[in-house]
Amino acid sequence: MYRHASRRLIQVLGDRGRRRSFSTGLPAPPSEDAAFVEAWRKVAPNIDPPKTPLAFMKPRPPTPSSIPSKLTVNFVLPYQSEISNKEVDMVIVPATTGQMGVLPGHVATIAELKPGVLSVHEGNEVTKYFVSSGFAFIHANSVTDIVAVEAVPVDRIDPSLVQKGLADFTQKLNSATTDLEKSEAQIGVDVHSALNAALSG
Amino acid sequence: MAMAAFRREGRRLLLSPVSYNSSVAARSAILSDSELGPMGARSVSTQAVRNRMKSVKNIQKITKAMKMVAASKLRAVQVRTENSRGFWQPFTALLGDNPSVDVKKNVIVTITSDKGLCGGINSTSVRVSKALYKLTSGPEKETKYVILGEKGKVQLVRDSKNSIEMNITELQKNPLNYTQVSVLADDILKNVEYDALRIIHNKFQSVVSFLPTVSTILSPETVEKESEAGGKLGSLDSYEIEGGDTKAEVLQNLAEFQFSCVLFNAALENACSEMGARMSAMDSSSRNAGEMLDRLTLTYNRTRQASITTELIEIISGASALTG
Repeated sequence: MYRHASRRLIQVLGDRGRRRSFSTGLPAPPSEDAAFVEAWRKVAPNIDPPKTPLAFMKPRPPTPSSIPSKLTVNFVLPYQSEISNKEVDMVIVPATTGQMGVLPGHVATIAELKPGVLSVHEGNEVTKYFVSSGFAFIHANSVTDIVAVEAVPVDRIDPSLVQKGLADFTQKLNSATTDLEKSEAQIGVDVHSALNAALSG
Repeated sequence: MAMAAFRREGRRLLLSPVSYNSSVAARSAILSDSELGPMGARSVSTQAVRNRMKSVKNIQKITKAMKMVAASKLRAVQVRTENSRGFWQPFTALLGDNPSVDVKKNVIVTITSDKGLCGGINSTSVRVSKALYKLTSGPEKETKYVILGEKGKVQLVRDSKNSIEMNITELQKNPLNYTQVSVLADDILKNVEYDALRIIHNKFQSVVSFLPTVSTILSPETVEKESEAGGKLGSLDSYEIEGGDTKAEVLQNLAEFQFSCVLFNAALENACSEMGARMSAMDSSSRNAGEMLDRLTLTYNRTRQASITTELIEIISGASALTG
Protein backbone atom coordinates (compact mmCIF):
# COMPACT_ATOMS: atom_id res chain seq x y z
CA MET A 1 0.00 0.00 0.00
CA TYR A 2 2.76 2.40 0.90
CA ARG A 3 4.57 1.45 -2.27
CA HIS A 4 1.54 2.51 -4.30
CA ALA A 5 1.21 5.73 -2.33
CA SER A 6 4.77 6.78 -3.08
CA ARG A 7 4.35 5.96 -6.75
CA ARG A 8 1.14 7.97 -6.95
CA LEU A 9 2.83 10.89 -5.17
CA ILE A 10 5.71 10.94 -7.62
CA GLN A 11 3.27 10.66 -10.52
CA VAL A 12 1.23 13.61 -9.30
CA LEU A 13 4.32 15.75 -8.76
CA GLY A 14 5.66 14.79 -12.15
CA ASP A 15 2.35 15.61 -13.83
CA ARG A 16 2.23 18.96 -12.16
CA GLY A 17 5.74 19.70 -13.45
CA ARG A 18 4.86 18.58 -16.93
CA ARG A 19 1.60 20.48 -17.11
CA ARG A 20 3.34 23.72 -16.16
CA SER A 21 4.45 25.44 -19.35
CA PHE A 22 7.85 27.02 -19.76
CA SER A 23 8.25 30.31 -17.95
CA THR A 24 9.93 31.91 -20.94
CA GLY A 25 7.08 31.73 -23.41
CA LEU A 26 8.78 34.28 -25.66
CA PRO A 27 10.62 32.97 -28.70
CA ALA A 28 14.35 32.90 -28.16
CA PRO A 29 16.18 35.74 -29.90
CA PRO A 30 18.16 34.62 -32.94
CA SER A 31 21.62 33.46 -32.06
CA GLU A 32 22.93 34.06 -35.55
CA ASP A 33 22.32 36.51 -38.32
CA ALA A 34 20.23 34.71 -40.96
CA ALA A 35 21.23 37.01 -43.81
CA PHE A 36 24.90 36.47 -43.05
CA VAL A 37 24.58 32.69 -42.94
CA GLU A 38 22.69 32.70 -46.22
CA ALA A 39 25.25 34.88 -47.97
CA TRP A 40 28.02 32.72 -46.56
CA ARG A 41 26.52 29.51 -47.85
CA LYS A 42 26.30 30.96 -51.35
CA VAL A 43 29.97 31.90 -51.34
CA ALA A 44 31.52 29.03 -49.39
CA PRO A 45 29.14 26.11 -49.14
CA ASN A 46 31.73 23.67 -47.86
CA ILE A 47 32.87 25.67 -44.88
CA ASP A 48 30.74 26.16 -41.79
CA PRO A 49 29.86 29.80 -41.26
CA PRO A 50 31.82 31.37 -38.42
CA LYS A 51 30.05 32.27 -35.21
CA THR A 52 29.26 35.85 -34.35
CA PRO A 53 29.27 37.57 -30.95
CA LEU A 54 25.48 37.28 -30.75
CA ALA A 55 25.85 33.55 -30.29
CA PHE A 56 27.95 34.05 -27.19
CA MET A 57 25.91 36.64 -25.43
CA LYS A 58 22.97 36.20 -23.14
CA PRO A 59 19.98 38.15 -24.45
CA ARG A 60 19.16 41.35 -22.64
CA PRO A 61 15.76 41.82 -20.95
CA PRO A 62 13.26 43.89 -22.94
CA THR A 63 12.20 47.37 -21.90
CA PRO A 64 9.60 47.07 -19.15
CA SER A 65 6.46 49.16 -19.34
CA SER A 66 6.82 50.58 -15.83
CA ILE A 67 9.94 51.89 -14.14
CA PRO A 68 11.66 49.05 -12.29
CA SER A 69 12.71 49.50 -8.71
CA LYS A 70 16.32 48.51 -9.09
CA LEU A 71 19.09 49.23 -11.54
CA THR A 72 21.12 46.34 -12.98
CA VAL A 73 24.77 47.23 -13.25
CA ASN A 74 27.58 45.63 -15.24
CA PHE A 75 31.00 47.10 -14.57
CA VAL A 76 33.69 45.52 -16.77
CA LEU A 77 37.44 45.98 -17.00
CA PRO A 78 39.87 44.34 -19.39
CA TYR A 79 41.05 41.91 -16.74
CA GLN A 80 37.84 41.11 -14.95
CA SER A 81 34.17 41.83 -14.68
CA GLU A 82 34.11 43.84 -11.48
CA ILE A 83 30.34 43.88 -11.12
CA SER A 84 28.08 41.72 -13.26
CA ASN A 85 24.30 41.82 -13.15
CA LYS A 86 24.11 43.32 -9.71
CA GLU A 87 20.88 45.02 -8.63
CA VAL A 88 21.59 48.37 -7.05
CA ASP A 89 19.72 51.55 -6.21
CA MET A 90 21.89 54.15 -7.87
CA VAL A 91 25.25 54.69 -9.54
CA ILE A 92 27.10 57.96 -9.97
CA VAL A 93 29.37 58.00 -13.02
CA PRO A 94 32.05 60.59 -13.76
CA ALA A 95 30.96 61.71 -17.22
CA THR A 96 32.94 64.34 -19.12
CA THR A 97 30.08 66.75 -18.47
CA GLY A 98 30.27 66.14 -14.72
CA GLN A 99 29.12 63.62 -12.17
CA MET A 100 25.98 61.96 -13.42
CA GLY A 101 23.59 60.08 -11.18
CA VAL A 102 21.78 57.13 -12.69
CA LEU A 103 18.56 55.87 -11.17
CA PRO A 104 16.22 53.16 -12.43
CA GLY A 105 14.19 54.47 -15.31
CA HIS A 106 16.92 56.83 -16.50
CA VAL A 107 16.65 57.82 -20.14
CA ALA A 108 18.84 55.83 -22.52
CA THR A 109 22.27 57.49 -22.70
CA ILE A 110 25.75 56.98 -24.02
CA ALA A 111 28.17 58.79 -21.74
CA GLU A 112 31.88 59.28 -22.21
CA LEU A 113 33.74 59.07 -18.92
CA LYS A 114 36.64 61.13 -17.64
CA PRO A 115 38.98 60.12 -14.82
CA GLY A 116 36.99 60.28 -11.63
CA VAL A 117 35.11 58.43 -8.96
CA LEU A 118 32.38 55.92 -9.72
CA SER A 119 30.16 55.14 -6.77
CA VAL A 120 27.67 52.32 -6.51
CA HIS A 121 24.88 52.78 -3.96
CA GLU A 122 23.16 49.68 -2.65
CA GLY A 123 20.91 50.31 0.31
CA ASN A 124 23.18 51.91 2.84
CA GLU A 125 26.49 50.79 1.47
CA VAL A 126 28.46 52.77 -1.07
CA THR A 127 31.36 51.29 -3.04
CA LYS A 128 33.67 53.83 -4.64
CA TYR A 129 36.07 53.13 -7.51
CA PHE A 130 38.45 55.49 -9.22
CA VAL A 131 38.09 54.88 -12.96
CA SER A 132 40.59 56.03 -15.55
CA SER A 133 38.17 56.57 -18.41
CA GLY A 134 35.76 54.66 -20.57
CA PHE A 135 32.15 54.64 -21.55
CA ALA A 136 28.86 54.15 -19.78
CA PHE A 137 25.79 52.90 -21.60
CA ILE A 138 22.44 53.30 -19.93
CA HIS A 139 19.79 51.27 -21.68
CA ALA A 140 16.07 51.79 -21.66
CA ASN A 141 15.54 48.57 -19.71
CA SER A 142 17.43 49.97 -16.69
CA VAL A 143 20.57 48.01 -17.40
CA THR A 144 23.74 50.03 -17.10
CA ASP A 145 27.01 48.93 -18.67
CA ILE A 146 30.14 50.69 -17.55
CA VAL A 147 33.26 49.84 -19.53
CA ALA A 148 36.50 51.22 -18.13
CA VAL A 149 40.15 50.67 -18.82
CA GLU A 150 41.38 50.75 -15.22
CA ALA A 151 39.53 50.96 -11.95
CA VAL A 152 40.83 50.95 -8.42
CA PRO A 153 38.85 50.99 -5.15
CA VAL A 154 39.41 54.41 -3.65
CA ASP A 155 40.82 53.10 -0.39
CA ARG A 156 43.75 51.54 -2.24
CA ILE A 157 45.14 54.85 -3.52
CA ASP A 158 48.35 56.10 -1.94
CA PRO A 159 48.08 59.88 -1.22
CA SER A 160 51.82 60.52 -1.17
CA LEU A 161 52.26 59.03 -4.64
CA VAL A 162 49.35 61.12 -5.90
CA GLN A 163 50.98 64.35 -4.67
CA LYS A 164 54.31 63.36 -6.15
CA GLY A 165 52.70 62.50 -9.50
CA LEU A 166 50.80 65.75 -9.56
CA ALA A 167 53.98 67.74 -8.88
CA ASP A 168 55.87 65.79 -11.57
CA PHE A 169 53.30 66.31 -14.27
CA THR A 170 52.75 69.98 -13.45
CA GLN A 171 56.46 70.50 -13.85
CA LYS A 172 56.44 68.58 -17.14
CA LEU A 173 53.53 70.65 -18.38
CA ASN A 174 55.43 73.85 -17.69
CA SER A 175 58.54 72.63 -19.43
CA ALA A 176 56.78 70.97 -22.36
CA THR A 177 57.70 72.18 -25.83
CA THR A 178 55.83 70.16 -28.44
CA ASP A 179 52.08 69.75 -28.59
CA LEU A 180 52.37 66.03 -27.95
CA GLU A 181 54.36 66.55 -24.77
CA LYS A 182 51.93 69.23 -23.65
CA SER A 183 48.91 66.98 -24.13
CA GLU A 184 50.61 64.06 -22.40
CA ALA A 185 51.53 66.24 -19.43
CA GLN A 186 48.04 67.72 -19.39
CA ILE A 187 46.51 64.26 -19.22
CA GLY A 188 48.81 63.40 -16.32
CA VAL A 189 47.83 66.56 -14.48
CA ASP A 190 44.13 65.89 -15.07
CA VAL A 191 44.30 62.33 -13.79
CA HIS A 192 46.29 63.25 -10.71
CA SER A 193 44.05 66.16 -9.80
CA ALA A 194 41.06 63.87 -10.16
CA LEU A 195 42.82 61.35 -7.90
CA ASN A 196 43.44 64.13 -5.40
CA ALA A 197 39.80 65.12 -5.49
CA ALA A 198 38.79 61.48 -5.08
CA LEU A 199 40.91 61.12 -1.98
CA SER A 200 39.53 64.22 -0.35
CA GLY A 201 35.93 63.92 -1.53
CA MET B 1 87.53 -18.12 -48.53
CA ALA B 2 87.94 -21.72 -47.40
CA MET B 3 90.41 -20.59 -44.75
CA ALA B 4 87.90 -18.12 -43.42
CA ALA B 5 85.27 -20.84 -43.23
CA PHE B 6 87.71 -23.18 -41.44
CA ARG B 7 88.58 -20.42 -38.99
CA ARG B 8 84.92 -19.92 -38.34
CA GLU B 9 84.42 -23.63 -37.71
CA GLY B 10 87.39 -23.62 -35.37
CA ARG B 11 86.07 -20.77 -33.31
CA ARG B 12 82.68 -22.41 -32.99
CA LEU B 13 84.15 -25.72 -31.84
CA LEU B 14 86.31 -23.91 -29.30
CA LEU B 15 83.46 -22.12 -27.69
CA SER B 16 80.66 -24.67 -27.93
CA PRO B 17 81.64 -26.70 -24.81
CA VAL B 18 81.38 -23.51 -22.79
CA SER B 19 77.78 -23.00 -21.81
CA TYR B 20 77.16 -19.94 -23.85
CA ASN B 21 73.74 -18.81 -22.80
CA SER B 22 71.54 -17.16 -25.35
CA SER B 23 71.51 -13.74 -23.71
CA VAL B 24 75.26 -13.38 -24.13
CA ALA B 25 74.95 -14.53 -27.70
CA ALA B 26 72.15 -12.07 -28.17
CA ARG B 27 74.29 -9.28 -26.73
CA SER B 28 77.06 -10.10 -29.11
CA ALA B 29 74.57 -10.07 -31.94
CA ILE B 30 73.34 -6.68 -30.71
CA LEU B 31 76.81 -5.24 -30.36
CA SER B 32 77.84 -6.28 -33.84
CA ASP B 33 76.74 -4.28 -36.73
CA SER B 34 78.44 -6.14 -39.50
CA GLU B 35 77.10 -9.07 -41.36
CA LEU B 36 79.46 -11.34 -39.46
CA GLY B 37 78.98 -11.82 -35.75
CA PRO B 38 81.78 -12.71 -33.28
CA MET B 39 80.80 -16.36 -33.57
CA GLY B 40 80.95 -15.97 -37.32
CA ALA B 41 77.18 -16.22 -37.55
CA ARG B 42 75.43 -14.23 -40.22
CA SER B 43 72.91 -11.81 -38.73
CA VAL B 44 70.62 -9.29 -40.38
CA SER B 45 71.52 -5.78 -39.26
CA THR B 46 69.46 -4.52 -36.34
CA GLN B 47 71.28 -1.22 -36.24
CA ALA B 48 68.88 0.50 -38.61
CA VAL B 49 65.86 -0.47 -36.53
CA ARG B 50 67.68 0.52 -33.38
CA ASN B 51 68.48 3.97 -34.75
CA ARG B 52 64.90 4.44 -35.76
CA MET B 53 63.71 3.44 -32.30
CA LYS B 54 66.05 5.93 -30.67
CA SER B 55 64.87 8.81 -32.81
CA VAL B 56 61.18 7.94 -32.36
CA LYS B 57 61.70 7.78 -28.59
CA ASN B 58 63.32 11.20 -28.64
CA ILE B 59 60.45 12.62 -30.64
CA GLN B 60 58.02 11.16 -28.15
CA LYS B 61 59.86 12.83 -25.27
CA ILE B 62 59.92 16.18 -27.05
CA THR B 63 56.24 16.14 -27.93
CA LYS B 64 55.30 15.11 -24.40
CA ALA B 65 57.32 18.02 -23.04
CA MET B 66 55.69 20.43 -25.50
CA LYS B 67 52.29 19.20 -24.39
CA MET B 68 53.12 19.91 -20.74
CA VAL B 69 54.40 23.38 -21.60
CA ALA B 70 51.27 24.14 -23.63
CA ALA B 71 49.07 22.88 -20.81
CA SER B 72 50.70 25.16 -18.26
CA LYS B 73 50.55 28.17 -20.59
CA LEU B 74 46.90 27.39 -21.32
CA ARG B 75 46.01 27.47 -17.66
CA ALA B 76 47.53 30.93 -17.32
CA VAL B 77 45.86 32.44 -20.41
CA GLN B 78 42.51 30.76 -19.83
CA VAL B 79 41.91 32.65 -16.61
CA ARG B 80 42.58 35.99 -18.28
CA THR B 81 40.48 35.09 -21.30
CA GLU B 82 37.47 34.19 -19.21
CA ASN B 83 37.81 37.39 -17.24
CA SER B 84 37.94 39.46 -20.38
CA ARG B 85 34.80 37.94 -21.84
CA GLY B 86 32.56 40.55 -20.29
CA PHE B 87 34.56 43.30 -21.90
CA TRP B 88 32.99 43.27 -25.36
CA GLN B 89 29.44 42.47 -24.31
CA PRO B 90 28.29 46.03 -23.54
CA PHE B 91 29.19 47.09 -27.09
CA THR B 92 27.19 44.30 -28.68
CA ALA B 93 24.33 45.07 -26.33
CA LEU B 94 24.36 48.68 -27.48
CA LEU B 95 25.15 48.41 -31.16
CA GLY B 96 23.97 44.91 -31.95
CA ASP B 97 25.83 42.65 -34.32
CA ASN B 98 25.70 43.19 -38.06
CA PRO B 99 27.97 40.75 -39.84
CA SER B 100 25.94 41.06 -43.02
CA VAL B 101 26.32 44.82 -43.30
CA ASP B 102 26.94 46.00 -46.81
CA VAL B 103 29.74 48.54 -47.02
CA LYS B 104 32.30 49.68 -49.56
CA LYS B 105 35.53 49.33 -47.61
CA ASN B 106 36.00 46.18 -45.62
CA VAL B 107 39.06 45.34 -43.61
CA ILE B 108 39.53 41.75 -42.48
CA VAL B 109 41.72 41.43 -39.39
CA THR B 110 42.91 37.84 -39.14
CA ILE B 111 44.45 36.72 -35.89
CA THR B 112 46.82 33.76 -36.19
CA SER B 113 49.72 32.41 -34.21
CA ASP B 114 53.41 33.00 -34.71
CA LYS B 115 54.54 29.48 -33.93
CA GLY B 116 53.45 26.30 -35.59
CA LEU B 117 52.69 22.77 -34.42
CA CYS B 118 49.29 23.86 -33.22
CA GLY B 119 46.95 21.73 -35.28
CA GLY B 120 44.59 23.23 -37.82
CA ILE B 121 43.47 26.47 -36.23
CA ASN B 122 45.54 28.76 -38.43
CA SER B 123 44.37 27.05 -41.59
CA THR B 124 40.77 27.35 -40.41
CA SER B 125 41.17 31.07 -39.77
CA VAL B 126 42.76 31.63 -43.16
CA ARG B 127 40.03 29.65 -44.92
CA VAL B 128 37.34 31.66 -43.19
CA SER B 129 39.17 34.89 -44.09
CA LYS B 130 39.34 33.93 -47.74
CA ALA B 131 35.64 33.05 -47.79
CA LEU B 132 34.82 36.34 -46.11
CA TYR B 133 36.92 38.13 -48.70
CA LYS B 134 34.84 36.55 -51.42
CA LEU B 135 31.66 37.43 -49.55
CA THR B 136 32.52 41.08 -49.16
CA SER B 137 34.02 41.66 -52.57
CA GLY B 138 32.01 43.01 -55.42
CA PRO B 139 31.82 45.93 -57.80
CA GLU B 140 32.97 49.19 -56.23
CA LYS B 141 33.92 47.41 -53.04
CA GLU B 142 37.39 46.80 -51.77
CA THR B 143 38.54 44.42 -49.10
CA LYS B 144 41.91 44.45 -47.42
CA TYR B 145 43.69 42.17 -44.97
CA VAL B 146 45.44 43.06 -41.75
CA ILE B 147 47.24 39.99 -40.48
CA LEU B 148 48.37 39.42 -36.91
CA GLY B 149 50.80 36.54 -36.64
CA GLU B 150 53.37 34.86 -38.82
CA LYS B 151 51.37 31.80 -39.87
CA GLY B 152 48.56 33.78 -41.42
CA LYS B 153 50.98 35.90 -43.41
CA VAL B 154 52.68 32.83 -44.86
CA GLN B 155 49.40 31.39 -46.07
CA LEU B 156 47.77 34.54 -47.33
CA VAL B 157 50.80 36.00 -49.08
CA ARG B 158 50.65 33.15 -51.55
CA ASP B 159 47.57 34.31 -53.40
CA SER B 160 46.41 37.59 -51.89
CA LYS B 161 49.69 39.48 -51.69
CA ASN B 162 48.24 42.71 -53.01
CA SER B 163 45.36 42.85 -50.59
CA ILE B 164 47.49 42.69 -47.47
CA GLU B 165 47.58 46.08 -45.88
CA MET B 166 49.54 45.39 -42.70
CA ASN B 167 51.24 42.50 -41.04
CA ILE B 168 52.08 42.37 -37.35
CA THR B 169 54.17 39.61 -35.80
CA GLU B 170 55.64 38.76 -32.40
CA LEU B 171 52.44 39.63 -30.66
CA GLN B 172 53.02 37.19 -27.83
CA LYS B 173 56.62 37.99 -27.02
CA ASN B 174 55.40 39.56 -23.79
CA PRO B 175 52.19 38.33 -22.21
CA LEU B 176 49.21 39.98 -23.82
CA ASN B 177 47.92 43.02 -22.01
CA TYR B 178 45.42 45.71 -22.83
CA THR B 179 47.96 48.52 -23.23
CA GLN B 180 49.80 46.66 -25.95
CA VAL B 181 46.62 45.77 -27.79
CA SER B 182 45.27 49.31 -27.60
CA VAL B 183 48.49 50.68 -29.09
CA LEU B 184 48.19 48.08 -31.83
CA ALA B 185 44.56 48.99 -32.46
CA ASP B 186 45.55 52.64 -32.70
CA ASP B 187 48.23 51.75 -35.21
CA ILE B 188 45.82 49.78 -37.37
CA LEU B 189 43.16 52.46 -37.30
CA LYS B 190 45.66 55.09 -38.35
CA ASN B 191 46.83 53.14 -41.35
CA VAL B 192 43.67 51.71 -42.84
CA GLU B 193 40.52 53.28 -44.12
CA TYR B 194 37.53 51.25 -43.25
CA ASP B 195 33.78 51.20 -43.20
CA ALA B 196 33.61 47.87 -41.44
CA LEU B 197 36.27 45.91 -39.61
CA ARG B 198 35.88 42.18 -39.31
CA ILE B 199 38.03 40.40 -36.76
CA ILE B 200 38.47 36.68 -37.35
CA HIS B 201 39.72 34.57 -34.49
CA ASN B 202 39.20 31.18 -32.89
CA LYS B 203 37.02 31.33 -29.84
CA PHE B 204 38.07 29.06 -27.02
CA GLN B 205 35.12 26.86 -26.21
CA SER B 206 36.97 24.07 -24.43
CA VAL B 207 40.34 22.38 -24.56
CA VAL B 208 39.30 20.36 -27.59
CA SER B 209 36.87 22.70 -29.33
CA PHE B 210 37.68 26.01 -31.01
CA LEU B 211 35.06 27.89 -32.97
CA PRO B 212 36.04 30.33 -35.72
CA THR B 213 34.29 33.58 -34.96
CA VAL B 214 33.92 36.88 -36.77
CA SER B 215 33.25 40.10 -34.86
CA THR B 216 32.15 43.10 -36.86
CA ILE B 217 32.92 46.70 -35.94
CA LEU B 218 31.42 49.54 -37.92
CA SER B 219 32.96 52.92 -38.50
CA PRO B 220 31.10 55.88 -37.00
CA GLU B 221 29.79 56.96 -40.40
CA THR B 222 28.41 53.49 -41.07
CA VAL B 223 26.81 53.47 -37.64
CA GLU B 224 25.05 56.74 -38.45
CA LYS B 225 23.88 55.41 -41.80
CA GLU B 226 22.60 52.15 -40.34
CA SER B 227 20.81 53.86 -37.48
CA GLU B 228 19.04 56.12 -39.93
CA ALA B 229 18.10 53.15 -42.05
CA GLY B 230 16.55 51.46 -39.06
CA GLY B 231 16.85 47.81 -38.29
CA LYS B 232 19.05 46.65 -35.48
CA LEU B 233 20.70 50.00 -34.90
CA GLY B 234 17.49 51.95 -35.27
CA SER B 235 17.11 52.51 -31.56
CA LEU B 236 20.52 54.18 -31.37
CA ASP B 237 18.93 57.55 -31.99
CA SER B 238 16.94 57.25 -28.81
CA TYR B 239 20.17 57.35 -26.80
CA GLU B 240 21.21 60.70 -25.48
CA ILE B 241 24.84 61.60 -25.80
CA GLU B 242 26.68 62.94 -22.80
CA GLY B 243 30.12 64.32 -23.19
CA GLY B 244 32.16 65.44 -26.13
CA ASP B 245 31.23 68.29 -28.38
CA THR B 246 29.28 66.47 -31.02
CA LYS B 247 27.65 63.12 -31.47
CA ALA B 248 30.13 62.35 -34.22
CA GLU B 249 33.08 62.80 -31.87
CA VAL B 250 31.59 60.54 -29.25
CA LEU B 251 30.76 57.91 -31.86
CA GLN B 252 34.33 58.10 -33.15
CA ASN B 253 35.72 57.50 -29.68
CA LEU B 254 33.21 54.73 -29.19
CA ALA B 255 34.22 52.95 -32.38
CA GLU B 256 37.91 53.15 -31.52
CA PHE B 257 37.33 51.95 -27.98
CA GLN B 258 35.15 49.12 -29.25
CA PHE B 259 37.85 48.02 -31.67
CA SER B 260 40.52 47.88 -28.98
CA CYS B 261 38.22 45.98 -26.58
CA VAL B 262 37.11 43.42 -29.14
CA LEU B 263 40.68 43.00 -30.42
CA PHE B 264 41.93 42.39 -26.89
CA ASN B 265 39.39 39.69 -26.25
CA ALA B 266 39.95 38.17 -29.70
CA ALA B 267 43.73 38.03 -29.22
CA LEU B 268 43.35 36.36 -25.84
CA GLU B 269 40.83 33.82 -27.15
CA ASN B 270 43.10 33.01 -30.06
CA ALA B 271 46.09 32.55 -27.77
CA CYS B 272 44.01 30.20 -25.62
CA SER B 273 42.86 28.24 -28.67
CA GLU B 274 46.44 28.03 -29.90
CA MET B 275 47.59 26.49 -26.61
CA GLY B 276 44.70 24.07 -26.54
CA ALA B 277 45.25 23.03 -30.16
CA ARG B 278 48.96 22.58 -29.53
CA MET B 279 48.19 20.42 -26.50
CA SER B 280 45.96 18.08 -28.46
CA ALA B 281 48.31 18.03 -31.47
CA MET B 282 51.29 17.13 -29.30
CA ASP B 283 49.24 14.58 -27.41
CA SER B 284 48.24 12.73 -30.57
CA SER B 285 51.82 13.02 -31.79
CA SER B 286 53.19 11.37 -28.62
CA ARG B 287 50.59 8.66 -28.91
CA ASN B 288 51.54 8.02 -32.52
CA ALA B 289 55.20 7.92 -31.59
CA GLY B 290 54.39 5.42 -28.84
CA GLU B 291 52.52 3.17 -31.27
CA MET B 292 55.34 3.42 -33.78
CA LEU B 293 57.82 2.51 -31.06
CA ASP B 294 55.76 -0.57 -30.17
CA ARG B 295 55.73 -1.72 -33.78
CA LEU B 296 59.45 -1.11 -34.15
CA THR B 297 60.19 -3.00 -30.95
CA LEU B 298 58.30 -6.01 -32.26
CA THR B 299 60.18 -5.89 -35.54
CA TYR B 300 63.44 -5.50 -33.69
CA ASN B 301 62.79 -8.45 -31.42
CA ARG B 302 61.74 -10.61 -34.31
CA THR B 303 64.90 -9.79 -36.22
CA ARG B 304 67.04 -10.36 -33.19
CA GLN B 305 65.44 -13.70 -32.36
CA ALA B 306 65.67 -14.84 -35.94
CA SER B 307 69.39 -14.12 -35.99
CA ILE B 308 69.92 -15.98 -32.70
CA THR B 309 67.96 -18.95 -34.03
CA THR B 310 70.03 -18.97 -37.22
CA GLU B 311 73.20 -18.86 -35.16
CA LEU B 312 72.08 -21.74 -32.96
CA ILE B 313 71.05 -23.83 -35.95
CA GLU B 314 74.41 -23.33 -37.58
CA ILE B 315 76.26 -24.24 -34.39
CA ILE B 316 74.15 -27.30 -33.71
CA SER B 317 74.23 -28.55 -37.27
CA GLY B 318 77.99 -27.97 -37.34
CA ALA B 319 78.41 -29.84 -34.08
CA SER B 320 76.18 -32.70 -35.16
CA ALA B 321 77.99 -32.91 -38.51
CA LEU B 322 81.26 -33.45 -36.66
CA THR B 323 80.05 -35.90 -34.05
CA GLY B 324 77.42 -37.82 -35.97
